[in-house]
Amino acid sequence: MMIDPLSVFILLLGAATPILFAALGELVAERAGVLNLGVEGMMITGALAGFAAAHASGSPALGFLAAAIAGAALSMTFAALTQFLLSNQVATGLALTLFGLGLTAMFGKPYEGMKAPAMMPGPLGLNWMIWLGIALVPLLWWFLARTRPGLILRAVGENHDAAHGLGYPVRRVRILAIGFGGALAGMGGAYISIATVLQWTEGMTAGAGWIALAIVVFAQWNPWGVLAGAWLFGGVTVLQLRLQAAGVAVPVQLLSMAPYLATIIVLVLISARQKFGRSGGAAAPASLGRPFHALK
Amino acid sequence: MTVSNVFRAEGLGKTYPGVRANDDISFAVEAGEIHALLGENGAGKSTLVKTIYGLVRPDEGRMTLLGAPYAPQDPRAARAAGVAMVFQHFSLFDAMTVAENIALGMENPPPRAELSRRIAELSRDYGLPLNPARRIASLSAGERQRVEILRCLLQHPRLLIMDEPTSVLTPQEAEILFATLRQLAGSGTAILYISHKLEEIRSHCDRATILRQGKLVGTVDPRAHSARELAAMMVGAEMRLVDRSGRKPGATVLKVRGLSTPAGEGMALKDVALTLRSGEILGIGGVAGNGQEELLAALSGETPTAPGTIALEGRDLSRAGPETRRRAGLLAAPEDRLGHAAVPEFSLAENTLLTAGARQGLIRRGLIDRKAASGFAQEIIRAFDVRTPGPDTAAGALSGGNLQKFVIGREVLGRPLVLVVNQPTWGVDAGAAAAIRQALLDLAAQGAGLIVISQDLDELLELSDRFCALNQGRLSAPRPTEGLTVEEIGLMLGGAHGMEVAHVPA
Repeated sequence: MMIDPLSVFILLLGAATPILFAALGELVAERAGVLNLGVEGMMITGALAGFAAAHASGSPALGFLAAAIAGAALSMTFAALTQFLLSNQVATGLALTLFGLGLTAMFGKPYEGMKAPAMMPGPLGLNWMIWLGIALVPLLWWFLARTRPGLILRAVGENHDAAHGLGYPVRRVRILAIGFGGALAGMGGAYISIATVLQWTEGMTAGAGWIALAIVVFAQWNPWGVLAGAWLFGGVTVLQLRLQAAGVAVPVQLLSMAPYLATIIVLVLISARQKFGRSGGAAAPASLGRPFHALK
Repeated sequence: MTVSNVFRAEGLGKTYPGVRANDDISFAVEAGEIHALLGENGAGKSTLVKTIYGLVRPDEGRMTLLGAPYAPQDPRAARAAGVAMVFQHFSLFDAMTVAENIALGMENPPPRAELSRRIAELSRDYGLPLNPARRIASLSAGERQRVEILRCLLQHPRLLIMDEPTSVLTPQEAEILFATLRQLAGSGTAILYISHKLEEIRSHCDRATILRQGKLVGTVDPRAHSARELAAMMVGAEMRLVDRSGRKPGATVLKVRGLSTPAGEGMALKDVALTLRSGEILGIGGVAGNGQEELLAALSGETPTAPGTIALEGRDLSRAGPETRRRAGLLAAPEDRLGHAAVPEFSLAENTLLTAGARQGLIRRGLIDRKAASGFAQEIIRAFDVRTPGPDTAAGALSGGNLQKFVIGREVLGRPLVLVVNQPTWGVDAGAAAAIRQALLDLAAQGAGLIVISQDLDELLELSDRFCALNQGRLSAPRPTEGLTVEEIGLMLGGAHGMEVAHVPA
């Protein structure tokens, strides 16, 4: 039994890309203090919208654009409910996921069985979306750590009352962050339908949105950590497929479980380190998930 | 220009649903003066300064800054016009560095290296040493305030607003702050100083504008009036003097030995020891965050401690939970009224059940006796003059002072052997505070032992027989309050925490 490390790595990049996009988007929203559990719903919406647009136009690029718009549009429902009507972020996010899954199951029916147009190849035989995902990591790191808008975004997520007191538009910053998260989640979902599976199937994101949420915690709200987490998850996914193909004497169910088990184990290890270790406080934004209301 | 007014308000008014927060407020602040804004909680001080800082838009009236009309849309407009503000509850970002925090408070911050250089330079000039690369979470309260002040100074403000800045400082740290403010005023900055500490205002401020129930009482020279006169202007009536008579220390009721708690989220207690006699009030002072909440939790039973550390009349209660301790006669009233001492959504009658269920017989065979609970709530309301429609009112609907009277009353009427209170009059108006203090003194006169934890030194000096300081989780040896000065207490509280006085000629 031989498993070639290079080919595994190339496959890993593909498997990691949907989660990388979604997790980077969620990271930006969470650094602004918004916990959006609707990632799965925005991904599946992006998967369908992207597939439909790509199929109709024959251009995968237009497909990803449509997916970004659809994801951002869906996230605006979340933004309206949580930022203006001050609804509970956890409940609203869960509802968004259920809404996205249901909506796409209904509107996706006509697209079942159709084929996606071919992806445009990029340098080194990897498509452009893989490259874009990797490029986003240093870009977002630089934005958050080095630019003034990034500083303001972190300030809003860290202490929204203080940010408001200094005159920063807390609500506007958060809405923009939610929209950005929605757009990236949509593109991540579209990667699954356009570039991986090459067709539309109901519920095809299969929990990738939840993995993305876990990876943001795993990454301790750092873009480089998100890259590591996405690659780790992608690696386990690819490896277990390879092991299945190689006919290893381990039950298939156990192998299919591996990526999810790996996620849970990593999260447990992080919590344990925070609770018992010397690493100090958690890196979570202090205002994460808390509603903000200013008295004028 | 002959007018030296930096800021002038004319007829400012602001109404919130059900409250007239500001009503026809007019006053002026001049260049180079430290101008106090004085008033009880709820007198409208906060609304007024928020209006000046652009956080609240007034319903009527107008303001001028440096002779020009001034109506800021938001704090950034206020800062651009030359108004800076240091908040009471710090507006800092814990996870960020000093430099990042300061950059957030500036309109056009210079590049990082240049900003760090200017922070270092200015902090040296004003004797406020600070490392720009440190994270806020690792700073003390005094150091955090320096960050706020430096953030303001870098803007070269013409009007600097300070909202109760000394409430988190030791007396020595407060002296250093005043030296800095005096130096600033000397260079022509107008300072609007909000406080309800009368002595502080009398010794450091040039003029004082007094507010009462949203209305202007007047602008006076604080040095020309006694603290009593100023208080009377603030409250609108003569203050009642508390009566300390009739207390006789008796036998030891509570003995604490070798009490330590693990370092968790807050401050760890380190080898705390104290002895409390019946009829005695032991005052425990300290700057916030030095273990006050942890000490109350250890005594109330929320945090169990090692066996043999806490004994009530010789009975070891170290491992007992709060309910067991209450039955034994050890009661406690925590600092946080909403959420810790009372459930905001529950009615007052329901809130009596939280701690008084067993001692008042409000619960029988696991069932609530609603009539008894309502009756007990009515008793508290009557005995402590709680202003509320009745026992069915939600606790959260009461004003801070009234709820505090209710919470303290609930424990006092529980006939405790030992009562532990944390910040009994925090955020309470002067009238209610006097009533609460008198109730505590009366309880001691009836033979109970009391531990009063507070950050208000005047309150501790007024109430307690002996005084201990809590500093970094350690409790000092007790000293008789009689003859203790504020300076001595300041040193017991940890002195100036390494701050130095400004050393640039003003």
